[in-house]
Amino acid sequence: MTTITTGSGVARRRSRTPRKPSLIGLAYVAPALAGLLALYIVPLAGTFQLSLSETGPFGDSTFTGLDNYRRLAGDADFWLALRNSATYTAIVLLGIPIAVVLAALIHSVDRFNNLYRVLFFLPVVTLPVAVGMVWRYIYNGEFGILNQALGLVGIDGPNWVADPAVAIYAVSVVGIWTSLGTNIIILGAGLRGVPKELLEASSMDGAGPVRQFVSVTLPLLSPSIFFVLTLSIISSLQMFDLIYVMIGRGSTAESGAQTMVYRFFQQSFVEYDQGYGAANAIVLLTLIMIVTAVQFRLQRKWVFYG
Amino acid sequence: MAEQARRAPRHRQWPAHLLLLLAAGAMVFPFVWQVLTAFKTVPESRAVPPVIVPSGWGFDAFGRFFESLPVGNLFVVSVGALVLRVAGQLLLASLAAYGFARFTFPGRDAIFALFLIMLMAPSQLFLIAQFNFMKDFALLDTLPAIALPGLFSAFGTFLLRQAFLAIPPEFEEAARLDGANSFQIFWKVMLPMTGPTLAALTLLTSLYSWNDLLWPLVVTSSKERMTLPVGLANLQGQYGTDYPTLMAGSMLVSLPLIVIFIALQRQFFAGIASSGLKG
Repeated sequence: MTTITTGSGVARRRSRTPRKPSLIGLAYVAPALAGLLALYIVPLAGTFQLSLSETGPFGDSTFTGLDNYRRLAGDADFWLALRNSATYTAIVLLGIPIAVVLAALIHSVDRFNNLYRVLFFLPVVTLPVAVGMVWRYIYNGEFGILNQALGLVGIDGPNWVADPAVAIYAVSVVGIWTSLGTNIIILGAGLRGVPKELLEASSMDGAGPVRQFVSVTLPLLSPSIFFVLTLSIISSLQMFDLIYVMIGRGSTAESGAQTMVYRFFQQSFVEYDQGYGAANAIVLLTLIMIVTAVQFRLQRKWVFYG
Repeated sequence: MAEQARRAPRHRQWPAHLLLLLAAGAMVFPFVWQVLTAFKTVPESRAVPPVIVPSGWGFDAFGRFFESLPVGNLFVVSVGALVLRVAGQLLLASLAAYGFARFTFPGRDAIFALFLIMLMAPSQLFLIAQFNFMKDFALLDTLPAIALPGLFSAFGTFLLRQAFLAIPPEFEEAARLDGANSFQIFWKVMLPMTGPTLAALTLLTSLYSWNDLLWPLVVTSSKERMTLPVGLANLQGQYGTDYPTLMAGSMLVSLPLIVIFIALQRQFFAGIASSGLKG
């Protein structure tokens, strides 16, 4: 390397022929920028403004300061939804160790690897509405196949998706089922990046397969695990489809198992209380930002960039 | 192969296969159950003890699905929204990505950062105001309303920018010497060279578009103008106990993407591994 250590080959080549600032570049960006302004930046400002307003069903609104946020703080349903979203996210994260083990198993065999990847990935490409319906049927308390199977071994299963105390856990298990495929693919790519020399060296030093996995593979896999963790948290906090299909719309479990985004949807588009819904969305954004920031801070303690 | 040096010999891999088969069984079972149920009669679908294999292989439930939803209309809406979103997003994202990758202009880096931040924020943040936007422009219940917000993608812009950065500038210089103008260089020289990225982006965007529920649910209201997932979800509200019909419908609506995935699995996996899965 020469004194230039920052860039790739491309950057170095480009620096030999510096371009003059020109507005042609802006012309390329302009169409997307216009859309970004109209559909994202202006709406974002609108959402903030709405969250500080009391809105009526006909689009009328009056400025009420932080009233919506005060209302949220005193709203038992909001805290319940927050807890349910946290529960769902925490349980879906339990799927990550499962994905690590499955990705390692797929990596350890030399036949049918791709078949396994395809099978685990099927739920990812399946319509979430369809996934929710099938599982709702499987979970049916009366004639669902799960409880009938449990009955064979003498367990009297609950009414999984109709019982408000159990429903969020039942949906979370489906959350694991649908997220395994993505995680296995990302972790599998990480496993292929583990240098063979290190594994061979540790074998020669007498490390068994388990020791090798824990001491060599896992630390080298930690950036992939961190990536999967970040993606899982962000998407789990925004989960909507499964709740809508499995327990939404008047089910007996609806009141007990609703999540943040489900409540946001109900407030904004069913009850037409846009101001309150907007406040809910802002809280969700804040929550995601805090969790992501904490994660990036914590990663220094456990993610190994070799 | 060196790759196989550290693997157990093939005949000792059976415990791993056994575990994988068990797990794969749990993944596949709901699909099998869905297909079997789609051919059952309603009493069979509710039987205790369960009926595993349907008594006949008739298409009654499929018929009921087509009777209770304007499936043809919804299919056209779903496909139309997908085509609009994919084509629009590829065009807008590749234009912007080329601008970010190859030009300097005032505020470029700030605008690029703004792109990434805005489009990675949770979509719920924009939903109410986007809905009001569609209402103000009388677009509610139309195809453009379903597709519009998805035309803009941080993920696509970022990925294509990386692809453009990886192309040596000599190609553009050669084209310029041949007298091509800037747009011709972009369209005829640069864009074709990002083929694999465009392919991965097409697949992932198609997946989000086909499967999306929340936004189309919010902006559509009449029975013939919904997307398939919205129609299917509504069907459950009406026919909540006719599981064979629901299973037949959910199977049919999922099938196109499953078939495309199985045909193009490598491209799907490449896209996921490079980016994760988030619209």
